[in-house]
Amino acid sequence: MPTAIPADSVGLVSPQVAHFAEPLTLACGRTLADYQLIYETYGELNASRSNAVLICHALSGHHHAAGYHSEDDRKPGWWDSCIGPGKAIDTERFFVVSLNNLGGCNGSTGPSSTNPASGRPYGADFPVVTVEDWVHSQARLADRLGIAQWAAVVGGSLGGMQALQWTISYPERVRHCLAIASAPKLSAQNIAFNEVARQAILSDPEFHGGHFQEMGVIPKRGLMLARMVGHITYLSDDAMGTKFGRGLKSEKLNYDFNSVEFQVESYLRYQGEEFSGRFDANTYLLMTKALDYFDPAAANDDDLAKTFEVAKADFCVMSFTTDWRFSPERSREIVDALLAARKNVCYLEIDAPQGHDAFLIPNPRYLQAFRGYMNRIAV
Amino acid sequence: MRADLDIIQDWIPAGSRVLDLGCGNGELLAWLRDHKQVSGYGLEIDPDNIAACIDKGVNVIEQNLDLGLGNFASDSFDMVVMTQALQAVHYPDQLMKEMLRVGRQCIITFPNFGHWRCRWYLASKGRMPVSEFLPYTWYNTPNIHFCTFEDFERLCQESGARVLERLAVDRDHRHGWASRLWPNLLGEIGIYRVTGPTR
Repeated sequence: MPTAIPADSVGLVSPQVAHFAEPLTLACGRTLADYQLIYETYGELNASRSNAVLICHALSGHHHAAGYHSEDDRKPGWWDSCIGPGKAIDTERFFVVSLNNLGGCNGSTGPSSTNPASGRPYGADFPVVTVEDWVHSQARLADRLGIAQWAAVVGGSLGGMQALQWTISYPERVRHCLAIASAPKLSAQNIAFNEVARQAILSDPEFHGGHFQEMGVIPKRGLMLARMVGHITYLSDDAMGTKFGRGLKSEKLNYDFNSVEFQVESYLRYQGEEFSGRFDANTYLLMTKALDYFDPAAANDDDLAKTFEVAKADFCVMSFTTDWRFSPERSREIVDALLAARKNVCYLEIDAPQGHDAFLIPNPRYLQAFRGYMNRIAV
Repeated sequence: MRADLDIIQDWIPAGSRVLDLGCGNGELLAWLRDHKQVSGYGLEIDPDNIAACIDKGVNVIEQNLDLGLGNFASDSFDMVVMTQALQAVHYPDQLMKEMLRVGRQCIITFPNFGHWRCRWYLASKGRMPVSEFLPYTWYNTPNIHFCTFEDFERLCQESGARVLERLAVDRDHRHGWASRLWPNLLGEIGIYRVTGPTR
């Protein structure tokens, strides 16, 4: 943690756990008899319960979106730049709820949890969950917290997909939807990258058909490769060029395959290494599947505008110019459908060099628009 | 409200759906929403203007008019408005057709290059007019397609657009006897309401 907690931080926070005993039937047809969701809250719920904001996380995200868990934390939560007193999502005005999704590996029930049926970790037996399943589970968390309607549901990337799904699944329960650096469905190229990541994990000898936990090992190499390929898609060519260029680790080329020569290789390995130590391989598989399967228009003859007709929320859609994973064109598909469905919508295309990762990075125009939109939400 | 917007709002029926091309800070749409129950969207590319629209609660879409209105369905708006932007777009003729396709009616305002001051400047100095009202040099200006009232009405004819209403005003948006008498010489800004060929 920094020497003193910054004034615009939510400060020290502790996660809470909500246990659900009522069975949840999933899109795949299977049922989770029993599960728990870990979440954090920032700010205070007002008397009329009208100021609640739900944060939906992306592929590798979790419930810890803002503040610090302990004095020893090196870094704050993953969206601390946007959540806090006076920040875009102002915790002086809003009661913010951030959870770890079902299937996750940060405290919510997922593949590394114990399967009550067998007494052993679920591993590969954990059902495939979808964005819709997550939204249903989030609705139950809202019920538990006494929140009948969210002032806003907010998310970036895969989180944006959940925000969009909320307006379709529970139109009465969300007043504003902010979908940032998101897409209405994955492209073939997106799915292809996910498949490479999955194959990296599935083909690791330590994967053991997903039951590696019982064997006391982890498919570290596969997870590392999956993260490396994913990470490339989060950054723009320019961002990588600026950060690493063709810079070398050592003075000269080694003419072999064993050494880490280029800076970018070293960076990717470090990212992969770090990730494989903290993330569950089965969760990674699940998250990529949830991404691949997301396609709300499929149920409406691929008519996205018709899909959004039920929505009652106002929308704010933002994209970033150098994002090639979910490019501005993908956000414009969402916007055009909302225009055709005659919904209230604002759309911004933010000039940012960082690629897909830009939604996590403070950028003056992004933060100003984000704050501007949130400020106009009546509570 | 900006004087030209005050004139325009009078031409927009209460409760209608409006698309405002180059909506600026969202002043017109916000006023129409608050006073005439008008709904709609503004298209804009300037970041500060977009931020101002968001603050006002105006539906603003970051979209470059030079890329057309292909994302809007035909006849999806009662009125398409474009104030002081016709001279700044790359393809005024194509945009005009798009406006007539998307809206049942269109309101277009633009500076009149046939005004006597422009004519006098060009005639006497032999150089492109630069004034307080049109302060740019020819090589560094957003205004790349100046026209006169006559030119605009010719374009309307060629696009099959019918002029429903026209108003020539001075830079303070007053429409006195002079601009009524001889609009193409004495009017500085043209305000037109037009409709498409098939209507």
